[in-house]
Amino acid sequence: MTVARFWRKIPQRYNMIGTRCENCGRHFFPPRTFCPDCRRSGRIVDHKFAGSGEIVTYTVIHTANEQFEAFTPYVLAIVKLDEGPRMTAQIVCRPDEVKIGMRVKSVFRRIATDGESGIIHYGTKFVPVK
Amino acid sequence: MRDVAVIGVGCTTFGEKWSSGFRELFIEAGALALEDAQLSGEKIDAMYVGNMSAGRFIEQEHIGALIADYAGLATHHIPSTRVEAACASGGLAFRQAVIAVASGMEDIVVAAGVEKMTDVEPGASTDTLTGAADREWEGFVGATFPGLYAMIATDYMHRYPLTREQLAQVAVKNHYNGARNPIAQYQQEITIDTVLNSTMVAEPLRLFDCSPITDGAAAVIVAPLSRAREFTDTPIRVLASAQASDTITLHDRRDISTLDATVAAGQRAFRMAKLAHKDIDMVEVHDCFSIAEICAIEDLGFCRKGEAGKFTADGETALGGRIPVNTSGGLKACGHPVGATGIKQVYEITQQLRNDAGKRQIDDAKIGMTHNVGGTGATAVVHILGRC
Repeated sequence: MTVARFWRKIPQRYNMIGTRCENCGRHFFPPRTFCPDCRRSGRIVDHKFAGSGEIVTYTVIHTANEQFEAFTPYVLAIVKLDEGPRMTAQIVCRPDEVKIGMRVKSVFRRIATDGESGIIHYGTKFVPVK
Repeated sequence: MRDVAVIGVGCTTFGEKWSSGFRELFIEAGALALEDAQLSGEKIDAMYVGNMSAGRFIEQEHIGALIADYAGLATHHIPSTRVEAACASGGLAFRQAVIAVASGMEDIVVAAGVEKMTDVEPGASTDTLTGAADREWEGFVGATFPGLYAMIATDYMHRYPLTREQLAQVAVKNHYNGARNPIAQYQQEITIDTVLNSTMVAEPLRLFDCSPITDGAAAVIVAPLSRAREFTDTPIRVLASAQASDTITLHDRRDISTLDATVAAGQRAFRMAKLAHKDIDMVEVHDCFSIAEICAIEDLGFCRKGEAGKFTADGETALGGRIPVNTSGGLKACGHPVGATGIKQVYEITQQLRNDAGKRQIDDAKIGMTHNVGGTGATAVVHILGRC
């Protein structure tokens, strides 16, 4: 991923800045700039997500794409955020800890590295709420 | 709208074809299809080519023109168009060809599919396939394609009675069929233990739950039904062509374990053909992973949600079962050269309807269905084909 492509999504990836439609109240993370319900009558504004939610489904990745090979086995899940939308993220926990319905909260973590001299990608992972 | 028929089919063998390049593959499939239709190349009015990612797999774009050129048709200047919808590219190419003929714009149209996947390292090919999902919000955070389908499997097994052994039976059945298909990548039968003892890829999916990396090409030729008998004694009629889309990400789906695009395309196809499930003699479904076949059987309506595991274990989807599924061996055993798969499905159903399917022949096959999926279900395309 080039620097510009990563850099322009920093607010979303680092701080969970998504969007919300002021017309219908629906929240979007990952962010959308067009409300699929209100369409052209939608009014999209930025929205900072609280970063809490629960696990909808999960897997433990044993065979990863190259950038993630050093992390295997790692837990990948779909998290339903308390504001409504669902997102895909890694869960920082032991593979045998993860469960459907488990409460989680967001943390800022290193996601991957673009080779030895490339940029380091940071972003959002989740940890279990004890 | 005009009725459309398949008048010729061709397919390369599928596998890791180190001695064949992209160009050799599609020329071989195209030549077989033309020979089958007893057609010479200059009669072709147009071509549609399904291909997911020649740009990443062989660093070649503009393959519509490339294929027309190497097929010896450059001097005829026929329109040749590449169609892309990830793993559903082939199904969509077939649908575009059907639409072109049905509309009256063209008469003799080639629908082809090709993918040369082994000219890059395995890591690069799996990374390319991740592009069928959402690169920014799935791939970026560490999702792999098996990982996404594994999350469908986790959700499914949490909600419905599907055992690990029943899931393995999908691969066992598809390898049994592949062992009876001369073009299949894997022609060995396996057991449930083979699946359960294979390498873990993404829990709960193991290596033998996953379709392989494959090179291959397939081509079919369509024409107006009214002209079909000029070319063949056994034309196959296209009874329905349907396509549907859904959210690109798995996390945005209404229901993680239901491919709504499959449901929509399936219902539209049955309506268009004015047929019911009992009329279908066999179906080629998109089993990129074992769980995908479980969902497909249900989402197309061949059994109720949550029952496909038992349905499979009871042999209802095997050769001789109530509705044989993936007589070709499916993506699992026949192989999955992504852009070619949708065309290979039409090839297999045509073989069955012509009574040319050898050891995997379904008795008195009259009507068959194909189901091709892009990504984790963001595109689905369903066709129904029938003997004339």
